Amino acid sequence: MGDQVKKPLHPAAASSQPFQVTDLRPTERLFDDPEGRDRLDKALSRYPEKRAALLPMLGYAQERNGWVSDENMAEIAGELDLTPAYVRSVATFYTMYNKHPVGRHLIQVCTCISCHLDEAEEVFQRFLSETGARAGEVSEDGKYTVIEAECLGACGFATAVQINDRYFENVTPEKVPAILDELD
Amino acid sequence: MGYPYSHDLEVGTQLSRHFGDERARTLEGWKGLGGYATLPKALEMDPDAITEVVKNSGLRGRGGAGFPTGVKWSFMPKEPNGAHYLCCNADESEPGAFKDREILRWVPHLLIEGCLIAARAIRAEHVYIYVRGEFFPFSAILRDAVVEAYEGGYAGEDILGSGWSCDVTVHLGAGAYIAGEETGLMSSLMGGRAEPWIKPPFPAQSGAFGRPTTVNNVETLAAVPMIVAEGADWYRQWGTDKSPGTKLWCCSGHLERPGTYELPLGVNLRDVIYEVCGGAPNGKKIKAVIPGGSSTAMLTDDELDCSGCYEGMAEAGSALGTASPIVMNEDTSIVSAMRRIAQFYAHESCGQCVQCREGTSWTAKILHRIEVGEGTAEDLDTLYHLCVQMTGRTICPLADSVVFPLVSSLDKFKDEYEALIKR
Repeated sequence: MGDQVKKPLHPAAASSQPFQVTDLRPTERLFDDPEGRDRLDKALSRYPEKRAALLPMLGYAQERNGWVSDENMAEIAGELDLTPAYVRSVATFYTMYNKHPVGRHLIQVCTCISCHLDEAEEVFQRFLSETGARAGEVSEDGKYTVIEAECLGACGFATAVQINDRYFENVTPEKVPAILDELD
Repeated sequence: MGYPYSHDLEVGTQLSRHFGDERARTLEGWKGLGGYATLPKALEMDPDAITEVVKNSGLRGRGGAGFPTGVKWSFMPKEPNGAHYLCCNADESEPGAFKDREILRWVPHLLIEGCLIAARAIRAEHVYIYVRGEFFPFSAILRDAVVEAYEGGYAGEDILGSGWSCDVTVHLGAGAYIAGEETGLMSSLMGGRAEPWIKPPFPAQSGAFGRPTTVNNVETLAAVPMIVAEGADWYRQWGTDKSPGTKLWCCSGHLERPGTYELPLGVNLRDVIYEVCGGAPNGKKIKAVIPGGSSTAMLTDDELDCSGCYEGMAEAGSALGTASPIVMNEDTSIVSAMRRIAQFYAHESCGQCVQCREGTSWTAKILHRIEVGEGTAEDLDTLYHLCVQMTGRTICPLADSVVFPLVSSLDKFKDEYEALIKR
């Protein structure tokens, strides 16, 4: 984009911004700045009920901070007239909302059936050994979290790996070091 | 990836013809390829006339259940007393299925046009396209296309000067397979856990936000423009009497050429596996095929001569499902594959129904025990018993989904289970 003026977000797109991204813009309060307020208002304009903006706002919290904290949940609850407990019950239902901080790169190796028939287990182990991370935990340098994922919907391109908002397909154990090199 | 592979059996209608063509992703490019030609026609048609064409075409839901689309639309109230909604189910997450993502990423405007025509038919004022969260690269393409459609006057207020208005919103899920079940999808859309609800009430009576709603799969809606443009008889030139038209077949597992191919319904399953996809690599034999996505019954290589359509696959003792054959070669451990499938369903059970929550989880645990050589003869009886308990006793069919492949694997590959147990 460079110096170009960024187009304002279209309301139709307010509930579909990628929320597992590399470049975070951390903020303690989500809706105190104009961007957060704008996102909330645009999302709310798309639904007849406030509650429907919950998933988009959980996503927005994660897009900014990389995970969704209790404080974020409470703030969202306040805006949507929900209780923090309800918001937590929803956030914990969905696997993609990180309830704890994760590495800069969240590496999700699909090990479901079609990838299982390929080399998913070997790819998963290779990501663990190359990053030095333990499964599900942040690596010591803070760069990586490696987890197994359920079906990523890329079965014809086994083994499928999702790293933040990107897909890597036809991954073999041998390709793992080059993929990691490509990440900053 | 049917493209870049091509094959004699491939049909290549508007559904898949432009897969791989970057031009189809932009409004200008898509119009240049003949896109958005049907919407103006649909805007001049009576909504019920659109439904009638789709009904006559025999189009059946491509999300797996195969319910006739036009019939589903006809359940919607004819005289709206408030808002109607269309939900496009793009929560593609059945293991083995990867067809909707090809539509989302290659022909997003085709989907948008299909959504708008369907919305017109069911008198909906808002289309929610619910895309599974993981599909970031594909939902971003769709999102940009929706914005372009707004800018071009194809969505929003007074579409193409017709006086008719309809909004389109792309809504991301966040990693829950069960949001692909229609009531689970609506629960999720409304800001809840993606928990299915008991029908009735049916969505056409009380769906999203308590309003009449229709939920259709991506591939179903993407087929609508060509049907409305060319007519029901044209669409019926492919397929069988009970399963007309074409279908995206997504083939994965041990295949020479895995990918998504548009083929006529009624195609011989063996031809799909061996001719289109080239069979298993390295001259290996095929041991088993799960033909319709992981929730369908396994077939052995001997059983592949069946008609790839809704009724044909049922006759063969399995189901067409999402037409997503998962192919396993002779080296595959059926027990290990089945354990992995059961693990998926155990992970994805929403937890509302005991039979599903406990049944899927125990199934996965027992299969794991057998896999690592710690199973007992009694375990096989327990698995059969669990299957009885998990069939037809829950709010949604998730528990049933593990039963079909499991029972078929126990029936057809019992020797593999017994070999591990006796060891």
